Amino acid sequence: MSSFKTNRGSKLPAISTASLPDIVFILLFFFMTVVTINDQQVMVQNTLPNATEAERLTKKDNNIEVFIGTPKGAQVALLGKAPRIQLGKTFVAMDQVASSALEELYSMPEHLRNSAVVSIKADTSIKMGIILDLKEQLRSVNLLKINYTTVQGDVFQNIE
Amino acid sequence: MPRRKGAPEVNAGSMADIAFLLLIFFLVTTTIETDAGLDRMLPPIEPPDTDVVIKQKNIFTVNINRNGQLLVEEELMDLRNLRDAAIAFLDNGGDGTCNYCRGRKNASSSDNPTKAIISLKNDRETKYKTYITVQNELVGAYNDLRNREAQRLFGRDFVDMEAEFLNPETPSAIRDDLKPKVKRIQDLFPQKLSEAETSSN
Repeated sequence: MSSFKTNRGSKLPAISTASLPDIVFILLFFFMTVVTINDQQVMVQNTLPNATEAERLTKKDNNIEVFIGTPKGAQVALLGKAPRIQLGKTFVAMDQVASSALEELYSMPEHLRNSAVVSIKADTSIKMGIILDLKEQLRSVNLLKINYTTVQGDVFQNIE
Repeated sequence: MPRRKGAPEVNAGSMADIAFLLLIFFLVTTTIETDAGLDRMLPPIEPPDTDVVIKQKNIFTVNINRNGQLLVEEELMDLRNLRDAAIAFLDNGGDGTCNYCRGRKNASSSDNPTKAIISLKNDRETKYKTYITVQNELVGAYNDLRNREAQRLFGRDFVDMEAEFLNPETPSAIRDDLKPKVKRIQDLFPQKLSEAETSSN
């Protein structure tokens, strides 16, 4: 059996890295197409609840996003720990939510206004009172389509 | 001076590094969007013209108190049993006019899925996550029943059909085909989830 060659003396052949850029570019393009740049600074604590029956929002450009939660980070000292509503880039008081939401609505292109959806992104820790007030406000300006934004996951983890 | 060998070759060895830098930049600056949620419709502000009288047996009352406990049809219930209870109520078919129901046909429960209404009430102090859990279970009850009927009639899940129908990228020919099907299933089990005035104490 002396016909087997022993490799002991020679070095391992170098692996060609010529296709490495191609692989990396494929990864790059994948990430570029899959993700959307988050252009909005969320100024409140925002852990969304889990749900199993959530439907995907098909479009994003007819959404009015409302964040609700306690202020986070350094703002706690300034604003306290009461839950706040963030609409667009600023905090709004409860009695101004309706007008601010209308403003957002009218900044949309006209053909999208009929299908506008208010997506409520509320923190799990908040109480329903603020949501009920918000819904009243939205009803008063006839923004009736709402969406409670959730994360896909086991719904009973919420209540544990 | 004429060039004999053509253009000199550009060294592409650092291409991988540049691509990696771009890749890492995109990885860091982006977040995958969580744009899924429970769709709801608020009642319009003006009250309906006529007061409709609804039989008590056609209403399934769900009350959430401030501690997150559930009172369903005047009985304390665990959240995990809510979906089955809601399905039993919707699928009851008490007056025998519903030929696709598979419920117990209990005369003291709902007459027909098209008449059955789920009424959800909550306290101002109820936690949002509890509320979402309840909403999810109630929507889940409707979806389970609709899936069952869609499987029976069209051999696929209603949730799939609806998602495909709502997706703007679906070709319009397929959408036109799906529209009556989705409508038909929705009419079999219309989602009547009312959130009337909430208690303030």
